[in-house]
Amino acid sequence: MPAVEIDAQGMHYTPLNRQIREAVTNGATEIVLKNIMGQRFIGDGLTGTATITVEGVPGGDLGMFMKGPTIIVHGNADHAPGNTMDEGLIVIYGSSGDATAHSMRGGKVYVRDDIGYRGGIHMKQYVNKKPVLVVGGEAHAFLGEYMAGGLIILLRLNQNTNMPFAEMGLASGIHGGEIFVRGTVEDWTLGIGSAAREATPEDLASIKPYISEFCEQFGFDPAVIMASSFTRIAPVSARPFANKYTWE
Amino acid sequence: MCGIIGVIDKTREMMDGSAIREALAIMDERGSGEGAGYVAYGVYPDYADLYAIHVFYDNIIEPKTKVEELLETWGMIEHDEEIPTYESGRMRKVHIPWRYFFRPNRKLMAQSHTPEDDIVTKIVMTVNTSIPGALIFSSGQNIGVFKASGWPEEVADFYRVEDYEGYLWMAHNRYPTNTSGWWGGAHPFNLLNWSVVHNGEITSYGTNRRYIESFGYSCTMYTDTEVVAYLMDLLARRHNLSPEHTVRALAPPFWEEIERMEPSEQQLNTAIRLTYGQAMMNGPFAIAVASHDLLVGFSDRIKLRPLVVGEHDQRLYISSEEAAIRTMEPSVKKISMPRAGQPIVGRVVA
Repeated sequence: MPAVEIDAQGMHYTPLNRQIREAVTNGATEIVLKNIMGQRFIGDGLTGTATITVEGVPGGDLGMFMKGPTIIVHGNADHAPGNTMDEGLIVIYGSSGDATAHSMRGGKVYVRDDIGYRGGIHMKQYVNKKPVLVVGGEAHAFLGEYMAGGLIILLRLNQNTNMPFAEMGLASGIHGGEIFVRGTVEDWTLGIGSAAREATPEDLASIKPYISEFCEQFGFDPAVIMASSFTRIAPVSARPFANKYTWE
Repeated sequence: MCGIIGVIDKTREMMDGSAIREALAIMDERGSGEGAGYVAYGVYPDYADLYAIHVFYDNIIEPKTKVEELLETWGMIEHDEEIPTYESGRMRKVHIPWRYFFRPNRKLMAQSHTPEDDIVTKIVMTVNTSIPGALIFSSGQNIGVFKASGWPEEVADFYRVEDYEGYLWMAHNRYPTNTSGWWGGAHPFNLLNWSVVHNGEITSYGTNRRYIESFGYSCTMYTDTEVVAYLMDLLARRHNLSPEHTVRALAPPFWEEIERMEPSEQQLNTAIRLTYGQAMMNGPFAIAVASHDLLVGFSDRIKLRPLVVGEHDQRLYISSEEAAIRTMEPSVKKISMPRAGQPIVGRVVA
């Protein structure tokens, strides 16, 4: 089946999503969305294995609850791409807004450039469901806030990595999952309940497949990235607020 | 959740309202159809040095007579007319928008350094607190606010914003949360040459309101945003702070951040926080503020609301969404997301 093309010029997201679901039901494996301008909720709740290419600037909550498909964005994404996503892949050739990968519970979100504040907030994992967020550029404050599981890798490729990561509230309230930041992080950036140490060779081996796949998408050299040192941030405890809300 | 957008042409090249109408409509999802509005700078060139007073009248008998008596006590009405509106669909003239081009008599406020501004401020506060059925919602020179309850495109068409030309525009799409939607509660809020559009809520409203009312301002519009217009007027006009320092006072860095600064920066930020502690705004917000020669955008200090900046030749855009900026300028040269609390300032150069 040839690629299905949808011209989204002036179209509201409801009929747009209806057309996407129709195309998937009819067996389309390649869907190209032209002239996207701020439409929210693209691909939300979509299942299957189709690849959707977004040409333009999608609105918030791209791929929310999505289970399986791949979304490739040629442009910047707005807030919370991959919100509560279950399976699949979102690749953004640009930057994305605040709360990128919000509450993600599976699948992968790869952002070539920067993300806003609160990236990976509330990410979680269960048995073999482990969401991954990889960011090529910078992230802002509260990265991995309240993180309960999953993996965040921040590469900071646009920065001189001699400059430590310096954004407040890093992993604030984290109680599961792990965050890798290329280079070092300032001590004061660490939020409540988080601890940092230099990544070990075993740690690096565990993130290498994602970095390789990320580099393949965007044409970076994985060898250069893997030669850098990384800082690993993880929870000091699985229940950092146990004594705050409950009595044991 | 609300949607905001602003644009300034630094060379004062005029833009009609059709593009910002489209940009605001792209963010319809951010509103609820209960309030939208536009403000344009440079719209009344024939009366450029007069104060353009826009009033909502519930009827044009008693309130109008009282407002005109007050205006004629404090100066001269050089021209007045009903603001042209075009009813269609569900857009009805719930209030009658009227405009006056007013010249204050400066001799009546001889003790002031800015007698005209002070006379107009006094008139705005008097009308809005003591003349039932009248509300002044725009009071600057050569600027006009056009707002009502409705969706962005409905309000734009009601006033035909494409018939107005300005070098600086701001627009707002409202999703009222804490108070109900009504014409006076739609944004932009304006006092003299300051206009404000705001997404979010100001949880420190009580403190800010008590502070600003101690300087003679009265809050009358049942919503938090109006304190921002008055704080801008107090800090930037009356206290003569730069826009950057004003934003520092309204959305200051945390004490921990100040501790990490260079000594001179530390001293400055400490002084601002200590002097303007009660002007500090808490809560989630993204705000754009305009006056005659500048457009300023900033968010709260932990970035709980979105703010995107676009730069294209002599134009600076500030918006809740990149899509809105690209609707106005599809080939926009630079898009960025400012840091929490960081002031983004565009100034006219001509």
